[in-house]
Amino acid sequence: MKAYSRISLLTALALVSFLVPKLNAQDWVRTGTNLGNDRIRIAAADVKPVGDDPQTPALKTAFDFTLYGDLAGAGIFDLVSKSLAPQAAPGSPQEIILPQWSAAPCNAAMVAFGALSVAKGRLVVYGWLDDARNTENPQVLGKQYNEEASLDAARTIAHRFADEIILRLGGGINGIAETKIYFVSSRSGTKEIWAMDYDGQNQHAVTHLGTISMSPRISPDNTRIAFASLGGDGWAIRMYSLEIGRLVSFPAGVAGGLNQSPAWSADEKKIAFASSRSGGSEIWAADANGTNLRQLTNFAGPDSSPTWNPRTNTQLAWVSGRTGLPQIYTMDEDGASVQRLTDSGYAISPSWSPSGLFLTFSWNRKYGPGAPGGQDIYVMDISSKRWLQLTHDAGSNDFPSWAPDTRHIVFERTIGKRTDLWSMLADGTEQHQLTQTGNNFMPNWSWK
Amino acid sequence: MNRLHRILTPLVLLVAIASVAGCGNKPKSVPATETAPAAAPAPVPIAQITATPTLISAGDEVQLSWRTTDATSVSIDGIGDVPTSGVKTVSPSVSTSYHLVAKGGGGTTDASARVTVNAAAVSAPAVVVPTRNLSAEEEFKGSVQDIFFDYDTYDVRADAQAALSRDASYLVSHPAAKIVIGGYCDERGSNEYNLALGQNRADATKKALVTAGVAANRIRVISYGKEKPFCSESTEECWQQNRRGGFTIDK
Repeated sequence: MKAYSRISLLTALALVSFLVPKLNAQDWVRTGTNLGNDRIRIAAADVKPVGDDPQTPALKTAFDFTLYGDLAGAGIFDLVSKSLAPQAAPGSPQEIILPQWSAAPCNAAMVAFGALSVAKGRLVVYGWLDDARNTENPQVLGKQYNEEASLDAARTIAHRFADEIILRLGGGINGIAETKIYFVSSRSGTKEIWAMDYDGQNQHAVTHLGTISMSPRISPDNTRIAFASLGGDGWAIRMYSLEIGRLVSFPAGVAGGLNQSPAWSADEKKIAFASSRSGGSEIWAADANGTNLRQLTNFAGPDSSPTWNPRTNTQLAWVSGRTGLPQIYTMDEDGASVQRLTDSGYAISPSWSPSGLFLTFSWNRKYGPGAPGGQDIYVMDISSKRWLQLTHDAGSNDFPSWAPDTRHIVFERTIGKRTDLWSMLADGTEQHQLTQTGNNFMPNWSWK
Repeated sequence: MNRLHRILTPLVLLVAIASVAGCGNKPKSVPATETAPAAAPAPVPIAQITATPTLISAGDEVQLSWRTTDATSVSIDGIGDVPTSGVKTVSPSVSTSYHLVAKGGGGTTDASARVTVNAAAVSAPAVVVPTRNLSAEEEFKGSVQDIFFDYDTYDVRADAQAALSRDASYLVSHPAAKIVIGGYCDERGSNEYNLALGQNRADATKKALVTAGVAANRIRVISYGKEKPFCSESTEECWQQNRRGGFTIDK
């Protein structure tokens, strides 16, 4: 029983592992970001409302809630509970009394604070980040934001401020608070492509095609969504332009039969997908404008779900049933150097990490008739093939997609007849449900 | 779009099987298809029952296979309440019509399958195919059987060969009919991989028909993966119903 498994994630991701088969609680493996370095203890003070515009209280509440959520979910902070923070809401560097924040029980190393006002329909926010223990020269960050006043603007400004803080304190990796998640929802009656903010806010339909649409993949520049859609002649890869709000041409994706599971290369030049045009279901690639089509695999058994190595854009991982149950493989883009990564079970839906080092995928290691195995999310270190299980004993989990910071993963979880989207840190902690309405599938995290 | 709509339209299902002269239990027609599901909040149930084989000698076994959608209770005369989809082996001693009634929020639908039992082989009546009241589509539905697959495979099983030969002979004897083979999978596993698997199932079914003499240009294949399940329960019976190559007329 090889229950003892280890994986070395980034240098920033270390791990502690337990073993013992049978006992699920001890079968869990834990990793953490910045292990060995304490997480930065940060406090997010409520912003100080300035002026008496009637919109102010609602916008202040949205701002505070969003900023707190962004920092709490970033994966690099130990966020001070609101109940431990000083009562005062400092509205400027002159007003803040740093010893109140650095002393017990708050014990903050960093404090984010600011002021929010609404005047003449404009929302103005000043945001600061102070080093609470450097009273001589505390300011780390000072920002001013000015947008047309709305709840969306309050949330957007909070996301931008959070990303500034995360970039400054998180080892130079951009925050994800301004990213989007594209997904499939059947809440309107048919499976359509939807979009939402990374925290589950602002959910809205993108397509209204009235058929079955699946597998949305946003382009690296956030301008186009490639997806698969069922028409009278089978499944086609469709391309939706977010800039002009309608479908645009993608000739390589329309061939009759099955064309599905598109994947953008990180340089935006290529799209790989599965197609049955030569018989069976094989992996093909085309240029992003839908020309220059070429076949990458040619082997009996279903092939689907390619994902590019975003560091090289010349290597792919995909799912193949060439030996029976589906397994994860990698190959070069000319079809050479095929390597099998998973050794057993039912492994599907790979997503390549932005760092290039890891795959996340869905795996049922004990798949078969009568087997009690669960479909769970895993991360594999590609070079060593060591893996780490991220979800445990909670529904059936599929379609993991990396966030651009390599710290977060979004995935779908089915419990009973309900399927929803969840996000988590790449060590499996901090799992949060993002959707509550209808059934929601196949999330794809934007590249920036 | 039209094709999609047609697939969604309730299967008006009459006798799956040839009935024999003297059959008094003629299946009733199902509520009309004008009440298409899009408009109605509670769709009319859809029901289908088949018996294999339909002509036996006394003491032989017959496999009844039925499927329904949008039904809350399903019963078969002489058997009683049954699951909404299932398979049952029976051994009638006399010729029997198995009459299935499916009740749901949208109404009641019935379907029948007739099994003829020969008292003695010599007195076997000529089997009459009643074409008078059957539209081409109904006759097609009654004559062409789906092909079922084992989990996560796309090989045509040995026990599907009989159905395949019947399907092939029907198609050979109806050279004008063009068909679509839909590749279907059960609910387990990913949508994407199941689409690929469904494609292989549909391809395998097509290949078997072509081998049996059906012209390849009469057959289109479309994979539906697990997107259009016939049956939505998480049971092995239901999964088996969903793992299939299904036939429809290509209009």
